[in-house]
Amino acid sequence: MAITNNLKRFFEETGDISRFVTRFFKEGFKPRYEFGELIRQSFFIGYKSLPLVGITAFIMGLVLTIQSRPTLVEFGAESWLPGMVSLSLVREISPMITALIAAGKIGSSIGAELGSMKVTEQIDAMEVSGTNPFKFLVVTRVMATTFMLPILSLWANAIGLYGSYLGVNIKGSVSWHLYWNQVFEALSYSDFIPSLTKTFFFGFTIGIIGCYKGYNSKKGTEGVGNSANSAVVVSSLLIFILDLIAVQITDLLGLT
Amino acid sequence: MADQNKEIVLAIRDLCKSFGDNHVLNHFDLDLYKGENLVVLGKSGSGKSVLIKCIIGLMKPDQGSITIFGQDVLSLEHEELDRLRMKIGFLFQSNALYDSMTVKENLEFPLRRHWMKKEMNPAKVNELVMEALENVGLEHTIDMMPVELSGGMRKRIALARTLILKPEIILYDEPTTGLDPITAKEIIQLMIDIQHKYQTSSIIISHDLQCVSMASDRVVMLIDGICYASGNYKELRTREDQKVKLFFD
Repeated sequence: MAITNNLKRFFEETGDISRFVTRFFKEGFKPRYEFGELIRQSFFIGYKSLPLVGITAFIMGLVLTIQSRPTLVEFGAESWLPGMVSLSLVREISPMITALIAAGKIGSSIGAELGSMKVTEQIDAMEVSGTNPFKFLVVTRVMATTFMLPILSLWANAIGLYGSYLGVNIKGSVSWHLYWNQVFEALSYSDFIPSLTKTFFFGFTIGIIGCYKGYNSKKGTEGVGNSANSAVVVSSLLIFILDLIAVQITDLLGLT
Repeated sequence: MADQNKEIVLAIRDLCKSFGDNHVLNHFDLDLYKGENLVVLGKSGSGKSVLIKCIIGLMKPDQGSITIFGQDVLSLEHEELDRLRMKIGFLFQSNALYDSMTVKENLEFPLRRHWMKKEMNPAKVNELVMEALENVGLEHTIDMMPVELSGGMRKRIALARTLILKPEIILYDEPTTGLDPITAKEIIQLMIDIQHKYQTSSIIISHDLQCVSMASDRVVMLIDGICYASGNYKELRTREDQKVKLFFD
């Protein structure tokens, strides 16, 4: 019985999210456009996340380099270190780390913010003030996450590769010029494009799930906490599923 | 029931709203006259808030009609409803001040959203913001955030925001809930002063007898989803009907 109820809830929620996504596409491209709010949200979502994403990417680049070195040294392939790390960072680690950080930081904040606005009637107040709250709150946030995630991912690539440069030079000596030569020799557009494309989908998922959970928040302050929590859990899980699909598509298209 | 000498600004006929088997509004009728303070009295969960959310268009009733200034609210297109809402102020129970905005931005928000860009003269906006703040005696809070204000101050700022578009009808959703008796009295007095100054018509949703006795010109009792009794406060207090007496004992 419990399984049946859980399944029912799962399908009901999937249906609700689908309707929410459809509403986003219906209302997102019709005037009145909320450019001011979109820029404000892009600033908060993009610019304010730069330090956290940067520090994490720097540490990932450094650690990955330090941990990969012994194995490559064993096979006499130490010179492959910059190329191998750059491929790992660009193709998988930077987009995933950026998306997971964004899910935790941005997804939860959107879920909590909209949830608290819902339970304190601020969303109703917006509607009474001649504003379409869906456009003002949801469309702007989803667009901001969709367009900011790829930029954050590129930023993570750059900082991660710099971390890797320092990692290479802890036990070795590779010049700045040689390091970047080796990095760009290993990388091609077919590494960048699929990785960048999937970050748009990650961003959209984080925004839409955060907004859906917050916008449909119930049960007072307890509901706000639940919205923030489930926004992170659901969007993180969906990011892994999307990544799996993206890898399969990339593989099928021969871009590996 | 209808008074032929008074102008009706808002008329509700045969309004029904159910949530599952719970019929909160069951063929409810109501008239609001120009310049009148009408209190809708009812116990918690009786459908008072649902009623004013239907009036302002935040909820759709299952059946019935709501006419404001001769316009049928339920058949209006979104833009027409927005234009009508400019004439209606709504004071939310929880104040609904935007946490991320200063007091000034909170007050400017309805102006910026309802007005076209060409009407947005910064000097005019400032003048209206200051006038609204003066009405509630809180000019010094203009650059403060809602979180820095006390409960009573938040209620006053919410009232100032309600007044900024100079509405002809004001809907108050439990304006004294959560306030201490002294602050509640101040808010009620403020509502009365505003009504005198701007000649507004108001619907006040409440179960606070102090509010009912001070602010009401007429009281409507919402019981079992219908307009069970109506009259002025003194009349209702002396009624022998058991359901009416319960509120005043």
